[in-house]
This record gives sequence, structure tokens and C-alpha cells, in this order.
Amino acid sequence: MIGSLLSIFIFPGFLFLMVFGLSAEFIDRKLYARLQNRVGPPWFQPVADLIKLFSKEDIIPEEANPAMFKAMPILALTATITSFFYIPTWRNEALYHFNGDLIIVLYLLTLPTLSYFLGGWYSTSLFSKIGAVRTLTQLFAYEVPLLMSILAPALLADTWSLTEMAVFYSAHPWYWLFNILGFFVALITLLGKLEKVPFDIPEAETEIVAGTFTEYSGRLLGLFRLSMDIELIVGASLLAAVYMPFGLAISPIFAFILFLIKVLSIVAMVSVLRTVFARLRIDQMVNFCWRYLAPFSFLQILIILALKGFLVR
Amino acid sequence: MHKFTVPIGPQHPALKEPESFNVLLSGERIMKFSARLGYNHRGIEKACEERTYIQNVYLTERVCGICSHAHSSCFVQAVEEIAGLEIPRRANYIRTLVGELERIHSHLLWLGVAGHEVGFDTLLMYAWRDREIVMDILAKLTGNRVNYGINTIGGVRRDINTDQIKDVSKAVKKLKERTEYYVRVAKEEVTLIKRLSGVGVLLPKDVLKLGAVGPTARASGIERDTRKDDPYGAYGELDFRVITDDHNDVYGRTLVRLGELLESYKMISQILENIPEGPITVKAPRKIPAGEAVSRYEAPRGENVHYVKSNGTDKPERVKIRAPTLANIQTVAKMLEDRNLADLPIVIAAIDPCFSCTDRLTLVKDVGHGKGRKMRWEDLHSHSIQWYKARGIDFSDLNKKMEKLLK
Repeated sequence: MIGSLLSIFIFPGFLFLMVFGLSAEFIDRKLYARLQNRVGPPWFQPVADLIKLFSKEDIIPEEANPAMFKAMPILALTATITSFFYIPTWRNEALYHFNGDLIIVLYLLTLPTLSYFLGGWYSTSLFSKIGAVRTLTQLFAYEVPLLMSILAPALLADTWSLTEMAVFYSAHPWYWLFNILGFFVALITLLGKLEKVPFDIPEAETEIVAGTFTEYSGRLLGLFRLSMDIELIVGASLLAAVYMPFGLAISPIFAFILFLIKVLSIVAMVSVLRTVFARLRIDQMVNFCWRYLAPFSFLQILIILALKGFLVR
Repeated sequence: MHKFTVPIGPQHPALKEPESFNVLLSGERIMKFSARLGYNHRGIEKACEERTYIQNVYLTERVCGICSHAHSSCFVQAVEEIAGLEIPRRANYIRTLVGELERIHSHLLWLGVAGHEVGFDTLLMYAWRDREIVMDILAKLTGNRVNYGINTIGGVRRDINTDQIKDVSKAVKKLKERTEYYVRVAKEEVTLIKRLSGVGVLLPKDVLKLGAVGPTARASGIERDTRKDDPYGAYGELDFRVITDDHNDVYGRTLVRLGELLESYKMISQILENIPEGPITVKAPRKIPAGEAVSRYEAPRGENVHYVKSNGTDKPERVKIRAPTLANIQTVAKMLEDRNLADLPIVIAAIDPCFSCTDRLTLVKDVGHGKGRKMRWEDLHSHSIQWYKARGIDFSDLNKKMEKLLK
């Protein structure tokens, strides 16, 4: 009982994810700034932002549905934290696992997006509503390529469980190289999931102010911000677990440090990608996802199926 | 599909100045677009009538924060024409030099803003960093980064020396390198091209019909440049091309501005090489003889027009300023026909608008009575409510709530 509580609230639960998420936000912001030839924020900036938001007043629009408006940030945060428990971090085994947890993680990672939609929709402001609709449109565009490209490594390992995938790839340490194509597809779709440039269409500030979050302020906005930071971590960890499943079996401490390096390097890739692109239009984004990303993820699955015929046996 | 009106402005993150656009949307499509200016009227024309000509040089310089030299030069040219002053060649060259440096800083500023509007913040940071080079040069030449105060009636106030010439040519060399890099970015960066090309299309016939000026017109293949058509300053003696483009869209406008930057560097090197020796000013009378003049100047945003009427005293009787944005703002509605909401910020930004410079007062007189109509505060209030209602925005519920709260 106490063990579970500890793991939920301290490690690898809420507290660890919060610290890690905020540090990842700092690394992302600092790297983004340095790449743009700016100085960038000091290390405590994300914490300071969060403290400031939490100490401010919550303003709920009169027209909004207060219950939904308040519930959505909490839903987003809990969903992202829960999904982390199924991802193996310091050994071959995640905290909780069963056959099919890969699907659960992907499902839980969809919930924040849904909560952004509902939160924006129920705040009834015009800008929020446009942002909310864009969030959902974007979800339909990137979700399929993301799912398909994550399926490929699972197919190779013949399992739906992240833990069993880790075991399989520890037994065959070089097989992860076959999934490189899928990794790049997943990395790009991750930008869509995290609503970062070039897919930050739902919160394009020059068009619709802050999109979904226009009406949010104070603690509720703070929770949303925190859930986005943690989503960044969880998304990166998922990619690390699926596409870079090496080095987990050696020793817990080494594996954990390796895990941090993997996650942070994916975060760094996200920052670089968002530095070099302009924001796409929503129609261009949907087009891009279906015309390029989806075929590439299919190609990845085909490669795996072809390999499975003579390699794994 | 459900239709709704989105108010963009008077306060909105996409806008750098207060102005209001009402957009009727059907999903993401723009069905109707209407613009309303006039949030930043400062009464500059009236203020000009109360001040002497010399004071007005500094006042007109403050019409625009970015093309300040364009406005003061335009005003000074008109006054000099009335007074019949022939200004020294060296002064003309210095005016042109500062004018071209100003064009460089304005176009680099635009490049950054355009990047920001399409969500390409890296371009914003890079362009504005490089803009600092030219800002420093302007500060070195004139003492100020934006309102240079270099013009005076009958010439310029500051001479330039050989050290400064060396600094300028060094800076221009650096800027040229950077601009060539941006041209490469504009031609190669896929997401940027995707966001810019085919957006805000303005056909040449529409340019002629709506009277667009500056890069907006030139990007539709219309060769309209006051520097070539009606040379002033030293432009008659310089060798330069009028950059045009036949893309007719925002991408074309980007290429035109980048091309103009490269032309400006060329012109500056010519100015620095050929700058004649001699005085920089002639003595101007305090009282300007009666007369009137219209002066044109190619500001970075397009043709700038000043009209000055004098009555023999030391104060003008009438000054009329037409900033280039007024000529271009009409084209925005045309460019946005049936476009996506996401294109709105960049299409507005692509004319390089300067709304505060544009705001002028027009007094409409009732011809029948020969008098202006007076409106009391209550009338104005109800008029504004009706005005917004007609555009699909209803504040009456909000007002009731407000009244309740106040009670």
C-alpha cells in the first residue's frame, strides 16, 4: 500500500515527473533560445512560471461550464501521469504491466488532447472554440501514423506489452535499428501531439490568441502547462521505450541514466525541429500527415513483416 | 456550416497597433472581411498648422516610428519646392543614404514580423539580430536609432566623415552576406514557402484598380517606384533596378523586399563612392512665401505623399499627409477573399501596414445645411453599439451584466 502510494506520488509518479517535466521544459526553452541566438531563460524559469500561475486567481468565464472547465486540466494531468507507469525506465520491467499496455499508454496519451478540446469547447470563447476544433482535427491527422509506426516494433517483438517488448529487444540488442523509419514518423507526430511548431496550429497566437487556453488562467492554466510538460516527457519516454530499447538490462542505475539521456535527446530533437520550421496551416497539416506520414508508417510495417519471415525465427 | 464573426483587434496578439478587423468565418474559411482604422488618430495635421516649419520637420518625423526619415524628407521637399530652394548635392546624397539605410532596417523588420506571423520565430530572431547592425550604423551617423533628425529645410544637419563612410561600407558588406542567406532561406525552406506562396493573391489588374503602392504593387509585376518615376534626392544619379516579381502573392512580396535590400546595398556603395564635396545646407528663410506643393517619396512601404500649403507666414496653412498604408489597406479585403483564417495575419502583415501613421481625420459636412453634425456622448455610445451590431457583434447582454455588477 505504502509502496504503491510512494510510487504514485513520489517516484516515478507525480513528483519525479513534475521535476523531470520542468527540467525538460527548461532544456527545450534554453536550447530553442540558443538556436535562435538568444540568451534564454535561467534554470529556474519553468518553476517560477508555475509558482506564479499557481498563486494567481482562477477566472472562470460566466458563459463557461464551470465543472467541465475545472475538470479538464486535472484530467489531462492525471492521464499523462498514469500513462508513465507502464513505460519501462530503469529495468526491463515497467512498474505495472500486462499484455496490451502499449494500447493503454497510447489511449491515455490521447486523453490530454481530448481534454484540451473539451476545455476549449466549454470555455465558449470564439478563439477557444476555433482552437478546440483545430485540436481535434489535428488529432485525427496524426493519431493514425503515430499508432501505425508504434505498431511496427511491437509486431517485431510479437507482443502488445511494453515490458515484453523491452525483454525481447534486450535479447536481440540490434533489432531496434530496423525501426528507424518508424522512429522519425513517430517523432514528427509527437510534435503534433505536443502542439509544437510546425504543428502548433491549435494555439497559433497570431491567429487565435492562445487557442484552447485563451480563457484559462491561474491554477487551471498552471495544471495545463504542467500536463503539457509531463506529456513531453511521457511522449519522449514512450518513443525511447519503443524505438531505443537498448541497455535496460545491465544495471538499474546505468539503465536509468541511459533512460534520462534517451528522453532528453528526444526532447532536444523536438526543440531543433521546432526551431527550423514555420507553422503549417491546418489543411496542409492534415494533408502532410495522410499523404506522407501514413504511407511511411505503412512502409515501416511492411519492412517489419518482411523481416519477420526470415529473421526472427 | 455554422457561421460566426471573429473580432481581430483592436487588441490582438497578431496586431502591433490598434485597429479592428471583423471576420465572418464559416469553419476556417473567411466569408467576409471588414477593416476599421482610426484607433490612433493623433491630430498631426492640425498640430502642423500651429507650429513653425522648422518645428514641423520634427513633428512629421514622428508620424511613423519606422519610416520617420521618409516623412520628414517628404515634408522638407515640399517646403523647399515652395521656397524655391536648391539644396546642395552633398545634402541630397546624405538624405538618400539615410533613406536607404532606413529602408534596410524597415525591410529587415518586416522580414522578422512576417516570420513571426507564420509561426517561424527563428526567422524573427535572426532578422532582428541582423537589423541591429543597421540600427547601430544609423545611430553612428545621426545620433538616433529611429527618429534621426537629420533633415532640415535647405539641407541636412550633420555631415559624414571618412571614418563613418568606412563603418557604413563594412556594415553593408556584412548585411549583404546575411541578406543573401535570407534569400536562400526564402527559396529553400519548405514550410515557409508552403505558408507564403499562393496566399494573398493580388492580380495586376486589381493593383491598378485599388491603387496599391510600394512592394505590394511591385510583387504583382507593376513597376511603380517613385525613386525611378519621379527621382528626388540623389536617385537620378544612381544606378539601380526596380525589383518586381510575378508571383502576385505574399511569397512574391517577400522576394521583392529581399531583392530591394540587395539593391539598397548597391545604392549605398554608389553613394559612398560618389558623394560630392561641398556644403551640406543652404540658408532657408524663416517665412516661406505663399504657395503650395505636393511632394512624393518612396517610403519602404510605398509611395508617401505630403501636401503643404503656405500663406507667407512662418507656419503652414495646411499640411496633408497620405501614408502608403492607406493606399494598400484596400487590397487586404481582396486578398483575403475565400481564404483560410490562418492566412489572415500574414496577408495583413504582407502589405507592411503602419496603421497609426495612416490615421487621418476626415470631416464630412452635410451639404444641405453646410454645417458639421454634432454628436453627444450618448449618441456616440448608441452609434458604436449599432455599428458593432450591424457587424454581428452584440454587446447588449454584456452591458446589462455590467450594469448589474455596477449596482
